[in-house]
Amino acid sequence: MWLAFLRNRTAIAGAAIAVLIFMTAIFAPWIAPYDPLDQDPIFRLEPGNQEHWLGTDDFGRDVLSRLIWGSRISLVIGFASVLIGMIAGTALGMIAGYYRGRVETLIMRGIDVVMSFPDLILAVAITAALGATLVNLVITLGIVMTPGFARMAHSALLSMREREFVLAAQSIGARDRRIIFKHIFPNIFGELLVAATLWVGVAIRLEANLAFIGLGVQPPTPTWGNMIREGVDVLINAPGISVYSGLCILVTILAFNMLGDGVRDMVDPRLRGI
Amino acid sequence: MFQYAMRRILISVPILLVVLTLVFVVVRVLPGDPAVAALGDQASKEAVDALRAKMGLNDPLWLQYLKFLGSLCRGDLGTSIISGFPVAAQIASVVPFTLELTFLAVFLGYLFGIPLGISAAVRRNSFVDYFNRVFSLLGLSVPAFYLGILLILVFSVKLRIFPVVGGGEFWDLEDNLTHVALPALALGMMMTAYVTRMTRSSILDIMREDYVRTAHSKGLSDRKILYKHVLRNALIPIVALGGLYVVVLIGSSVMVEIVFSRPGLGKLLVGAIKQRDYTTLQSVMVFYAFLVVAFNLITELAYGLVDPRIKYN
Repeated sequence: MWLAFLRNRTAIAGAAIAVLIFMTAIFAPWIAPYDPLDQDPIFRLEPGNQEHWLGTDDFGRDVLSRLIWGSRISLVIGFASVLIGMIAGTALGMIAGYYRGRVETLIMRGIDVVMSFPDLILAVAITAALGATLVNLVITLGIVMTPGFARMAHSALLSMREREFVLAAQSIGARDRRIIFKHIFPNIFGELLVAATLWVGVAIRLEANLAFIGLGVQPPTPTWGNMIREGVDVLINAPGISVYSGLCILVTILAFNMLGDGVRDMVDPRLRGI
Repeated sequence: MFQYAMRRILISVPILLVVLTLVFVVVRVLPGDPAVAALGDQASKEAVDALRAKMGLNDPLWLQYLKFLGSLCRGDLGTSIISGFPVAAQIASVVPFTLELTFLAVFLGYLFGIPLGISAAVRRNSFVDYFNRVFSLLGLSVPAFYLGILLILVFSVKLRIFPVVGGGEFWDLEDNLTHVALPALALGMMMTAYVTRMTRSSILDIMREDYVRTAHSKGLSDRKILYKHVLRNALIPIVALGGLYVVVLIGSSVMVEIVFSRPGLGKLLVGAIKQRDYTTLQSVMVFYAFLVVAFNLITELAYGLVDPRIKYN
């Protein structure tokens, strides 16, 4: 299984980029050449030069340093929200799929309702209601990620519960909990992991979208989405600010997509090469 | 078929009802007093109270809820508390822009995605295939609003081919198309990437089927097999799933509309949130949900129509 992953050059490249971005986020205080909040009113909107490699923004803040610090917000929100969505969604989907009946109807119809909103619209509405802080954004995107995982866990479990090994476990008197955690969950975990990897990219994109609308972590905190928005106001004079910060988002999402494709090939050999 | 369609429509009704309730609740928990938002911080307490009474905000919640449902049933979406225009008219005036953008993006996706996917599947593991994989990975990864900014930079600022912002005059064909070109391209990129991938994997799947091997063994040319046997079956799900793509793109169109300052539902929604315009906000959200439910329904029916293996029971 791991061999398949190691042979997949795209996945390796994706993993390498992801690790690099992680390192950047963790060691931001040591890598960043300047304080990301330090303003310098004299050198505003400087183009790239010896001192400021990527130039300065409208407040004279160093763009490179802000990009480096911005990686933290994107990664924290991307990972935390997918983790919340994965735990909540898997639990809901598995409860629905295992107990059937009214519980199932209630949970899955609820999921249908939440999915009746495009994900961005849902995120915009919840963020507006809760207020745009880091914790609230994680909660919001966690809620947005939940239905997908729930549906996936639900259908995976439905196909599992009719299988012989589950029947066998039931017939020797194993408890529900044991069957769910020991027999069923390990079998659907692979599928969930693939989705999680791919959806980290989705969560990062949603965060950037919210920030661009003005519903992200509030300025002056440097986030890539905030920087794109601030850059758009000075697009003609200093296109670099928007272009570079967008590039960071693009590369991060790309890395997780490459990684996700690789993990899928690893978990599900039938799809290899497709 | 007809029975099935009717039942699906009936199932959608309770979902929509819960959606309405959810929207009502979400809009009510939004921070800030809408009456203050409408009158400004300087307004006197009496004026705010009077407006609250007039907007029905002093009624108990259940009464507000019933009034909300009642007026929706009559097709009355209320009046914007900020602009004073009827919300239904506002939505009606921007919906053509949003739908035009979305449909055009879906169309572009099929136009480029299907040939790309076919060429990749036919010459598997060749340079063409490799290029396609890189292209579709990029297309799936780039946020539509970022692509929009890049397009503005290149085509509007540097080359000055297209207007930077706005939606143009909807019924003036030339004006409309020059304004929609870049937004549709920004949105269509993601769609093209989806369709390319789906087409490729769908064709490769079908090529493994027994009947394709049979066709080979009776000596048909590759070309004939591809067009007569493989493509017909491979493209059915892709085309039938068009409705689902519309749903995805309606969500993404919000960002593109904002980047290009193009009139549309997305711009209306974000404007309403910023101004705490409750009536507009709840109506736009309801309308989005309605569109999603409708297109999901259309997709399901279309899929059943083209694939007779799906049984209606």
